Amino acid sequence: MTTVIEKNQKNGRLEVGTPLLEVKDLHVEFHTRDGVAKAVNGVNYSVAAGETLAVLGESGSGKSVTAQTIMGILDMPPGKISQGQILFRGQDMLAMSEEDRRQIRGQKIAMIFQDALSSLNPVMTVGAQLGEMFRVHRGSSKKEAREKAIELMERVRIPAARQRVGDYPHQFSGGMRQRIMIAMALSMEPDLIIADEPTTALDVTVQAQVMDLLAELQAEYNMGLILITHDLGVVADVADKIAVMYAGRIVETAPVHELYANPAHPYTKGLLRSIPRLDQKGQELYAIKGLPPNLLKVPAGCAFNPRCDVATDLCRTEIPKLHQVSDKDGKELTGRRSACHLWKETLHG
Amino acid sequence: MGRYVIRRLIQAIPVLIGATFLIYWLCFSLPGDPVQALAGEKKADPIVAEMIRQKYHLNDPFLLQYWNYITGVFQGNLGESLTGRQVSDMISEAFPFTVNLAIVAFVIEAIIGVLAGVMAALRKGKFLDQLVLISTLFVISIPVFVTGFVLQLVLGVKLKNDYGIEIFSVSFNEEDGLRGYLLPAFVLASTSLAYVARLTRTSLMETMRADYVRTAVAKGLKKRRVIGRHALRNALIPIVTFLGADLGGLMGGAVITEKIFNIHGIGGLLAQAVYQKQGTIIVGVVTLLVMIYLITTLLVDMLYAVLDPRIRYE
Ligand SMILES: Nc1ncnc2c1ncn2[C@@H]1O[C@H](COP(=O)(O)OP(=O)(O)OP(=O)(O)O)[C@@H](O)[C@H]1O
Ligand SMILES: [Mg+2]
Repeated sequence: MTTVIEKNQKNGRLEVGTPLLEVKDLHVEFHTRDGVAKAVNGVNYSVAAGETLAVLGESGSGKSVTAQTIMGILDMPPGKISQGQILFRGQDMLAMSEEDRRQIRGQKIAMIFQDALSSLNPVMTVGAQLGEMFRVHRGSSKKEAREKAIELMERVRIPAARQRVGDYPHQFSGGMRQRIMIAMALSMEPDLIIADEPTTALDVTVQAQVMDLLAELQAEYNMGLILITHDLGVVADVADKIAVMYAGRIVETAPVHELYANPAHPYTKGLLRSIPRLDQKGQELYAIKGLPPNLLKVPAGCAFNPRCDVATDLCRTEIPKLHQVSDKDGKELTGRRSACHLWKETLHG
Repeated sequence: MGRYVIRRLIQAIPVLIGATFLIYWLCFSLPGDPVQALAGEKKADPIVAEMIRQKYHLNDPFLLQYWNYITGVFQGNLGESLTGRQVSDMISEAFPFTVNLAIVAFVIEAIIGVLAGVMAALRKGKFLDQLVLISTLFVISIPVFVTGFVLQLVLGVKLKNDYGIEIFSVSFNEEDGLRGYLLPAFVLASTSLAYVARLTRTSLMETMRADYVRTAVAKGLKKRRVIGRHALRNALIPIVTFLGADLGGLMGGAVITEKIFNIHGIGGLLAQAVYQKQGTIIVGVVTLLVMIYLITTLLVDMLYAVLDPRIRYE
């Protein structure tokens, strides 16, 4: 953590203590024919420059919706931001004009999507799609934009960039396409990159390469990174801190190694137990019982209670706050919070 | 691509020969006597009739007649009508009207159709969208001759008599130039225009939901650019295919529209030839139409490859 602050001070990009991005009590709902689906129910998280926040959680827990809301690309309708603030460098983006928002999108905050094939325009060359950033935001000429595109492609280590700048997305392999997405996100040297499962669609071997590249570039440009993922293995290598989401809420946040060593929420515990491990070969893989809740009908109390082994009556009636977590001696653990009534028992017991 | 085009052109030869053969055979098998048809109501003079039969080899067996015809075609001779006129002359007289009408109709349906579709898609569910949906449904469900006569009456007659505005003429007149084609072309284009508008609307609404459009928004592009550069280019691919196929149809002449506005185009020529059982004219015109179809479909396929780089022809 201290290294991050030092880096920021050196760069003079932000005053100490002000996070780059701060999501405060964000609520997003979808108005559908079947009713109102509360996809995000009070999410709080923050990212500093040079810091990587991993957002973890099962399918449907609201990771992507939160990211889309930050980015300002949520489908509205059916989506609706019913409450909350998203502070970027201390300014609430939800209160800004659309034009101010647009100036941030792509230039200050960029996003990398899961499926690079469908996320790139099939009828435009990759050079045109990369160059477009410079043409639109920097007023570059066609030729300059092309040179910049080649530079970017080299930057993300696409072989023979100069020859391939006129190729179309479908002519590249999955890994190369995702590198192009990364290059596009990087083009304006943004302060923050949101990567929504950037490696899920790739082969395992390619996954590691792409992730390493992303981590390397992030360190080099000292960007904040929000990394949305299912993959706990990836998280351990690159993230500084983790936010675990369940049914549209943050249920636990912690510095990455502390969370792995000692989770403070039964859901996190379950997630960690369900990672396949070599030393447990042959044993049956653990899975959290039950299914994620239907967002139209979230259970009363803690949303996780029907699936929780230690749930009490309190858990079935009262929604737990995001408690500050402290060690056995009552000393607060920085950056550690848990939305569990029984966090003490879970952490220390 | 070049090799693909050559292969397609070679493939076209058997299609052309097959089509002429079929049409020729159909004409040969038509009940009734073409020579008698020339004489109208009264009985044809048997001596004259026999002379005409001799002159046009109508007594020869079918295959021999066809052989003579097709060898003539390959020498650039489309034969004569039973009234002694060169079929090629008749076609080249009628064809320019058809081509002009087709081009004006095509421009109308492409521009108005796509614009209406785009505006409807961008205002999904709003008044303009409803207007486009209802009016296109209306146009699609009404037969062309009704649309034709109604527009002729309202724009050609009423507008002139009641308001003195003379933009559209009741009947086609060559001297009017482009203006003369406007009303008939609009009538001819109306149904396709409605389909183009609806197709554009659906296609654009679908592409607006595509991931790459979301990417374009995330890049911080202005809405105009997101739609124009990213969504529309993709949305128009199926529209171009539809328009291309339609152009072939428009070139084939429009019997009803030509009749309503008294235009002497290919459609009328063909209808008349069928009526009079004039085999040489029918086969000549149909051969031309088949060629036009083959060429337009080839052009559409090539355009398709230009618009969508994922399509490659080897
Ligand atoms: N456009 C939409 N319309 C209606 N509901 C939506 C829409 N987008 C998302 N949702 C709902 O919001 C909930 C959260 O979705 P989200 O995509 O954020 O999940 P996620 O955590 O990213 O899951 P995954 O790991 O599968 O990507 C889901 O239940 C989903 O059905
Ligand atoms: Mg997601």
